[in-house]
Amino acid sequence: MSPASKKRLTVFLVTVIVVLVVGKFVFNSLQKNTVYFFSPTELSLLNEKPNGLIRIGGLVKNKSIQEKAKNSVYTFVITDLKNDVYVEFTGLLPNLFQEGKGAVVEGELKDKKFLLAKKILAKHDENYMPPEVAEALKKSGNWNKQYDK
Amino acid sequence: MLDLFKLKKIFELSNNFFYWLKIIFLSIIIFGLILSLVISPQDYLQGDTVRIMYVHVPSSWLALMIFLAMGICSIISLIFKIRVFTIYAKSLGPIGFTFSLISVFTGSLWGQPTWGTFWTWDARLTSMLLLVFFYIFYILSWGLIKNFFTAEKYSSIIAIIGLANIPIIKFSVEWWNTLHQPASIKLTESPAIHSSMLTPLLVMFFGFCLFSLFIFLIRYKTEILKLKKDKLNNILK
Repeated sequence: MSPASKKRLTVFLVTVIVVLVVGKFVFNSLQKNTVYFFSPTELSLLNEKPNGLIRIGGLVKNKSIQEKAKNSVYTFVITDLKNDVYVEFTGLLPNLFQEGKGAVVEGELKDKKFLLAKKILAKHDENYMPPEVAEALKKSGNWNKQYDK
Repeated sequence: MLDLFKLKKIFELSNNFFYWLKIIFLSIIIFGLILSLVISPQDYLQGDTVRIMYVHVPSSWLALMIFLAMGICSIISLIFKIRVFTIYAKSLGPIGFTFSLISVFTGSLWGQPTWGTFWTWDARLTSMLLLVFFYIFYILSWGLIKNFFTAEKYSSIIAIIGLANIPIIKFSVEWWNTLHQPASIKLTESPAIHSSMLTPLLVMFFGFCLFSLFIFLIRYKTEILKLKKDKLNNILK
């Protein structure tokens, strides 16, 4: 290794270490600020009710979707199995928005338990399988609760 | 076969080699497309939309892997001035760029029917978009800077900075709450994807890899010829 290469290598390694340390601090502060969505429990732990648009993610509680007076006003409950948030939404629901499945709702909080949603996003999990396999798993009782997340 | 440090060997690869490589990658991709678009089953939730995954996932993997390779090549060329690695990285750039674009566009097409939106600023999507921009900056720095050595320096620095983005993309789905689902295929766990869907995915990935190799070899050859034209080929010795 030539002396020039050695010098460049040292400079490079020192830079990498500095960047890693700084990156670690940036990452820690980012983790608090870059939440794409809150879970209902995280929301309940907040001291103040957040203003403006906020996203809440979790499972759509079973048997909670109701259509109000048939003019596409829907109410449902987003849960993380510990805390619930009640949601009201006007508009078309996405195809994959189903009870027992994950969803992210965006809107304004009226109070800490009630959200007026402007937008609904269905969350898809990492499980992929043919319908027959899903049926067979459900029948045999091997259906993993995780698949419903 | 190929000595990584002596690039002239590329010209010893006969046209026959390129011909057969082309035949093989084309047949694997056609086979993979038949598997993924016709033979593989629908998903129990997504239906036929799942078929977008067979293009989206291999493209995303390759976009990440190619940038990783470019970053490592840039470190070697910047520190040890082994210029072959500069040419490797330069030849890889547009290939990775294309795959990153395919990844973002197919992901967007999948997101609309599945999530209900084409785009959202979650950590995975944002960091992937950043990767597209790093590819653009990298390619632009070669295109806009006329002097080879200056261009080499700036493009290498861009690739090395961009390297930090790669683990962010990979682990964004674990570090933050994202709309994008976590990885279905992990080295340490059994895949969360049924074998009837995993097979076409892996065939497509293999086909895309061979395609990348094919384009890479052609681009690499072209870059060497360009250096010769500019009377710079002695820097490679």
